[in-house]
Amino acid sequence: MTLVRVDHVSFGYTANRRILDDVSLDIAAGDTIGLVGESGSGKTTLLRLLLGLTRPDSGSITFDGKPLDPGNGAFMRTFRRQAQVVFQDPYSSLDPRQTIRSIIAEPLRSLKIPGDHAKQVGDALEAVGLERDVGTRFPHQFSGGQRQRIAIARAIVPGPRLLLADEAVSALDLTTRIRIVDLLAGLSKSMSLLFVSHDIGVVAALCRRIVILEKGRVVETGDTASVLANPKHPYTQRLLASVPRLSLNEVSS
Amino acid sequence: MSSATMTAPREQKRHSLILWAGLVLVGLHIAIALLTFVWLPYDPTAMAGGRLEGPSLLHWLGTDRLGRDLLTQMMIGSRIALIVGIGAVAIGAAIGVTLGLLAAFASKWLDDALAATLDILIAFPTLLIAMLVVAASDTANLWSAIIALGIALSAIVARLTRILAKRVLVMDYITAARTSGSSWPKIVAIHILPNIWPTLSVNFALQFGLAVIAEASLSYLGLGAPPPNASWGRVLQEAQGTVYTAPLGAIAPGIALVSLAIGVNLLADGLRDTIDPTRRAR
Ligand SMILES: Nc1ncnc2c1ncn2[C@@H]1O[C@H](COP(=O)(O)OP(=O)(O)OP(=O)(O)O)[C@@H](O)[C@H]1O
Ligand SMILES: [Mg+2]
Repeated sequence: MTLVRVDHVSFGYTANRRILDDVSLDIAAGDTIGLVGESGSGKTTLLRLLLGLTRPDSGSITFDGKPLDPGNGAFMRTFRRQAQVVFQDPYSSLDPRQTIRSIIAEPLRSLKIPGDHAKQVGDALEAVGLERDVGTRFPHQFSGGQRQRIAIARAIVPGPRLLLADEAVSALDLTTRIRIVDLLAGLSKSMSLLFVSHDIGVVAALCRRIVILEKGRVVETGDTASVLANPKHPYTQRLLASVPRLSLNEVSS
Repeated sequence: MSSATMTAPREQKRHSLILWAGLVLVGLHIAIALLTFVWLPYDPTAMAGGRLEGPSLLHWLGTDRLGRDLLTQMMIGSRIALIVGIGAVAIGAAIGVTLGLLAAFASKWLDDALAATLDILIAFPTLLIAMLVVAASDTANLWSAIIALGIALSAIVARLTRILAKRVLVMDYITAARTSGSSWPKIVAIHILPNIWPTLSVNFALQFGLAVIAEASLSYLGLGAPPPNASWGRVLQEAQGTVYTAPLGAIAPGIALVSLAIGVNLLADGLRDTIDPTRRAR
């Protein structure tokens, strides 16, 4: 079943420069997709469109069969529960003046999700491998990897069906990175995951499918293993050639 | 920010020292100001003793050239200074924070227009604006001075708010708040204001001092209210002719002004450091 369908979407921040050019892409329910491309290729921009933060200039995005329309308040409320995001920079993604508990509870409060919020926050903390009782502390009391876990807890607390991770492990050191990738791999069993990364090694370890973006165009897409074993597009070939073999081995070992 | 995450005990002690010094200085002025509503040593407008008497048990700070008790006038000055400072900062903060947030959220051309307007307004000296407004109103009225100062300060507050809010708006936690379903007013209330507040409040304290000094300058220039509502600036002005024979009339208002301005700034610094979670020890 298709959860998200991106259909011939184009977008530019200004009228004279296209950032995304005729992008089409399907995300099946439960799938894990790696979105790979150079810096500036439009990965974050595509995520912003998928989150309904910006509208495409042309083309359409549907979520669960319904058009993703940022102006439709009723739709957006149910949509926000179902699509969540984790960012690259663990230092910018948590409000320094809020306790961990109120950071993670924000989606529960704002989306008026019923239930015992304190318990839901505790469960989310546990699910990302943190103690239940860290909720009273502030972000500056945690390491980068722990902060990323907190950001993931906030993303999963409303029970999303789609998790977008924008280079969520790029800012972390190697061992922490592997732990967070493991965590995401576990989560991906219960939700669709769109995982943005420059790191093809991590994508190979985590994602069933891969989408290669070059200058706002999807140049190649398919099964991760077969695309990596037999890249068709010259851009993919160049991208693979520039990856040191080392990182592939490290992550899969 | 990075050094603040590891607040050492010594650093903490310094913070609480600052806070206490501020509390004592400001508390003293507030206590005196409140006292003036119920009790004054003498009638501030009446001759209470001889002219230009030195300090004595009856007149702790002596008397002025009309024989009025100086301590009485100084006490009323505390009340006036606090009203001026609080009033001007409240007006400046209300207008300035609103405009600054609007500019931060506005479309590019509106933001540019607002920013340019603010820069022009700020280029005019606060005192000059206040002088024009007060001179234009026919009676030397404390409230016209407060409103004029408040408006002048609002431009500075607006510019600062705009810059601070823009810096917060690009943070990922704002995007996260949006994808969490929080509305913009809610984002302003729970993310933007708390994050710009520490810097703003320290700036408000600075503005408080500026407002009190500006009002004193207005009064010194003869644009202030006469006794019984005289400010320290007015006391200073009245004392300037006799500064060699009775120097206390000039020294006392100066000390009072400086102690209040410094006290408010210490208090704001201390409060920020105590309240701010990122500056607290682990
Ligand atoms: N708010 C914006 N206004 C104007 N241009 C923007 C904006 N955000 C991004 N761009 C431009 O859009 C292009 C794509 O940016 P985007 O952030 O989507 O790239 P990316 O693939 O996520 O890159 P990175 O790997 O560095 O994160 C870049 O050329 C960037 O300069
Ligand atoms: Mg990006």
